[in-house]
Amino acid sequence: MITGTPKPIEEIMEMVEPYDNIILAGCHGCVTVCRVGGEKEVQVLASTLRLAREAGGRTIKIREVSLERQCDPEYVEQMRPYVGDYQAVLSIACGAGIQFLAEKFTTTPLLPGINTGFLGVTERQGEWSERCQGCGDCVLHLTGGICPVTRCAKSLFHGPCGGSVQGICEVDKSVKCGWQLIIDRLKALNQMENYTKFKPFKGWSTARDGGPRRIIREDMI
Amino acid sequence: MKSGSNLEKVLAAGHFSVTAECGPPRGADPDIVRKKAAFVKGNVDACNVTDNQTSVVRMSSLAGCLLIKELGVEPLIQMVVRDRNRIALQSDLLGASAMGVRNILCLSGDHQKFGDDPQAKNVFDIDSMQFIHLVRLMRDEGTFPSGKKLEGAPKFFIGCAVNPFADPFEIRVPRLKMKVTAGADFVQTQCIYNMKKFKEYMELAKREGLHEKVKILAGVTPLKSAGMAKFMRKMVAGMDIPEEVIARIAAEPKDKQADKGIEMCIEQIQELKEMEGISGVHVMAIEWEEKLAEIIGGAGLLPRPVVE
Amino acid sequence: MVVGCLEGDCHYVSGNIRAKARVKRVYGILDRIKIGPDRIRMYNLSAGEGSKFAAYANEFVEKVRELGPSPINLVRAGQARAVSQKEAT
Repeated sequence: MITGTPKPIEEIMEMVEPYDNIILAGCHGCVTVCRVGGEKEVQVLASTLRLAREAGGRTIKIREVSLERQCDPEYVEQMRPYVGDYQAVLSIACGAGIQFLAEKFTTTPLLPGINTGFLGVTERQGEWSERCQGCGDCVLHLTGGICPVTRCAKSLFHGPCGGSVQGICEVDKSVKCGWQLIIDRLKALNQMENYTKFKPFKGWSTARDGGPRRIIREDMI
Repeated sequence: MKSGSNLEKVLAAGHFSVTAECGPPRGADPDIVRKKAAFVKGNVDACNVTDNQTSVVRMSSLAGCLLIKELGVEPLIQMVVRDRNRIALQSDLLGASAMGVRNILCLSGDHQKFGDDPQAKNVFDIDSMQFIHLVRLMRDEGTFPSGKKLEGAPKFFIGCAVNPFADPFEIRVPRLKMKVTAGADFVQTQCIYNMKKFKEYMELAKREGLHEKVKILAGVTPLKSAGMAKFMRKMVAGMDIPEEVIARIAAEPKDKQADKGIEMCIEQIQELKEMEGISGVHVMAIEWEEKLAEIIGGAGLLPRPVVE
Repeated sequence: MVVGCLEGDCHYVSGNIRAKARVKRVYGILDRIKIGPDRIRMYNLSAGEGSKFAAYANEFVEKVRELGPSPINLVRAGQARAVSQKEAT
C-alpha cells in the first residue's frame, strides 16, 4: 500500500487558519490500512481541530467525509453536490488522492493533512516498511524477490558495499543491508549464479527520472 | 601499457609499489594541497586524491589531482558514484584524462547521511561495478556506452577498492573477481589491522588466481593513538581492529603512542612485502602526511624506482 | 477517566496495554493543542475493587476541580458573558 505519516497538528492548524468551514476527507484505501487517513483518523483529527480552535477562542465547522478512494473519479464525484458549500478541503488521503480532488474541484483549496511516504507492506500492526520505488523495470526474478533499488540505500546492482556490517546497512542500525538479504535469499533458492552475473546499466527513464509517467491501455479506451 | 601511468609502469616492472592519499581541503585554498603534496613527493609511485570522502564537501578530486601534478606528484583520481550520474561521470573521465590524470579509483561512496548535507539527493545512477566497466569500455573500445566513437579515448589505469573486513565475508572475493572481470587493473584494500583475516582473504583470492590478474595494493593506516584506534573501531563501518592491536599501542604512555603507531605500521608493511600476491602498499596517513617519508623509508621502500 | 484491568489480568489479554498506549497518544494530542493532558487519566483495577474505584474516582474529580474549568469552558463562558452583556445593553 501507499503509506504516509500525519502532518504535525501545528502545521495543519496553520493551513486551516484562514478557514472556518471545511471538509475533512479520508479514504478507505491504502491510508486506512496504514492507519493514517481512514474514517477513524478523520474522526480523531476533526475532534482535535475543533478542540484546538475552540481553546483559541474561535470555532471551525468540519464536515467529516470518507470516500471509498480519492484516486478514482466515480468516488470523487460523490463530493461534487456539496463541496462548493465549504471553504476548503483538508484531505488525509495520499498525495495522488489529494491532487485528484484538487483537479476535480478547481475552485476549492486542497490542503494535505498527511505526508505521503512510500510503497510498502505491513510488517506488523503499527510498523510499515518500504518495498518498491516504482522504477518501471522490475528485476525481482534476478534478486531472489528482493529489490536492490529500494532496499539497498545506494541502489547498487552489485552490492553489498564495504559498509555492510553483520547484515546492517551503514545508514542506520534499524536498516537491514538489502544485499545481505538478497545473498541469503539467493543461497536459499540455489541461485547464486544470479549474484555474480554482471548487470548492465539500469535504465531510469521508466522511473520518475524520465518525467511524470502515464499508462494507457489501448484495449480499454 | 593501458595508460602509461607511472604506477602502471612501476608495477609492470615488478617493483613493490607505494601509493598514499591526500585529502583535499574544506575550502578553496590550493596551498593546503601543495603543502601535503610536498610531504608525498618522492615517497610514492602515485597519490590518491579523495572525492568528498564520508560525504563531507571538499575541494574536488580533479582539482586536487591537477595541483599535485603541477608539483611533480603522479595523481590518482578517486571518483564516487554517489554524486554524479553517468553523464557527469563520463564527462569528468574525459576531462581528467585530457588534463593528464592516468590513474583512477572507482568507488561507490559513503552514503550522504554521514556528511554535512544529509538532505542531498541520492544519485547512484550506476554502481561502482558498472563504473569500472564504463571506464574500461571508453578506454579500450574508444566509444561511449551508446557505441558512438570518442574524439580521443581516455587513458586510465583502472582501480577499485575492496574491504576484506565487511560482511558477508564469503562474497568479498567473488566481488573482487567481478570487479576484475569488469576491468579493474589494480585494487586498493581498506586499511588492514587484522592481518589474520586479511591472510584468509588473500588465500581465497589466490585460489581464484586473482593475484595474477590484478595488482593488489594492501591498505595501511598508521595509528596516532589508542584513542584513534578505539574511535575508528566504533565509528567507521567495516573497520576491523583486533583487541591485541589496540592493547599494544595502549600499553605505551600517551606521548609515546604516536611513535609506536609508526613502528607498528612499518612492521606491517614489511610483513606485507613478504606476502605472496601483494604487489604494493597504499599508505593512508590521514592528516599525518608528514610521517610518510619516515614510514615508507622505515619499511625499506625508498628511494622509489624510476621506470621509463 | 479510563479504567482497565490490572496489567497481566486483562480478560482480552492485552486490551489494557493497548488502551494505555492510546491514552498516552491522547495525552500527547491534548498537550500539543494546549488543552493540557491532565484531564484524562487511566487507572488499572480489577472488577472486585469497588472501594478502590470509588477512591480513584474521588481523587480524579478533586484533581479536575483543582484544575478548574478547561480552557474551552473558559472560552465558552467568556463568550456567554460577552453575549449576555451585549443583550443587556
